[in-house]
Amino acid sequence: MAVTLTHYLVLSATLFTLGLYGALSKRNAVTILMCLELMFNAVNIAFVALTRTAAPQLLTGQVFALFVITVAAAEVAVGLAIVLAIYRQRRTIDATEIDLLKW
Amino acid sequence: MNTAEPAVVAAFYLFSAVTLAGAAGVVFGRNMFHAALFLVASFFGLAGIYVLLQADFLAAVQVLIYAGAVAILVVFAIMLTRQVERGNEWNQLRVPGLLLGLLLLMGLLVVFSQTQWAAGTGPYPADTVAVLARQLFGPWVLPFEVASVLLLAALVGAIIIAREE
Repeated sequence: MAVTLTHYLVLSATLFTLGLYGALSKRNAVTILMCLELMFNAVNIAFVALTRTAAPQLLTGQVFALFVITVAAAEVAVGLAIVLAIYRQRRTIDATEIDLLKW
Repeated sequence: MNTAEPAVVAAFYLFSAVTLAGAAGVVFGRNMFHAALFLVASFFGLAGIYVLLQADFLAAVQVLIYAGAVAILVVFAIMLTRQVERGNEWNQLRVPGLLLGLLLLMGLLVVFSQTQWAAGTGPYPADTVAVLARQLFGPWVLPFEVASVLLLAALVGAIIIAREE
């Protein structure tokens, strides 16, 4: 019973699916942001696991994972600031009630 | 990659269990604050997975940025929005979302089990930090600089959006 690339990819797929399910079906905007972070992390596992076999000399996947982490940090900072601003204005962070832009 | 050492196999399943249990706690938990703590557990499990993949620098970055900075931001947001007790409810997509997720998972599993992945040549470097540095400041230097500008813009934007009038 060895740990192969497929094991890591299955872990990545499961984590991504859990994050997607949470992002789709939760009301709280902070939970949705947390689930987005889970999805970013799932993608990072796939990057790192694939670069381990496909480009071990270049580590391209690890470079990409670093960029993903950077963008995720920027995303969560701006996202949580938006959530706070919405909470201050409307006293709710229920994503089903925040429908200003809904046509 | 094909490591059959019992310790590695056991560590893989342990870290996977921590990661997935943490993620499940975020999705299925009721209390928002507990969800944030589960998120931190999930991030630590992922750092362990990176160590197993011999990505030591990424494991350190994972602990510093995710388990440290992002987790604190999330806890701050939960505390400032004061919806800790009632906060983690489902919307009307609970069942369709689950079906969509299972469909996606099955598709991904089929693809992952059938694809023949390309195999690179050469040994894995003993010192990943040196290789990463040469990559980041060599071929990827322009994206690196753009990422720093993005972080600065996000920082300024977050301050402007979140400050009191």
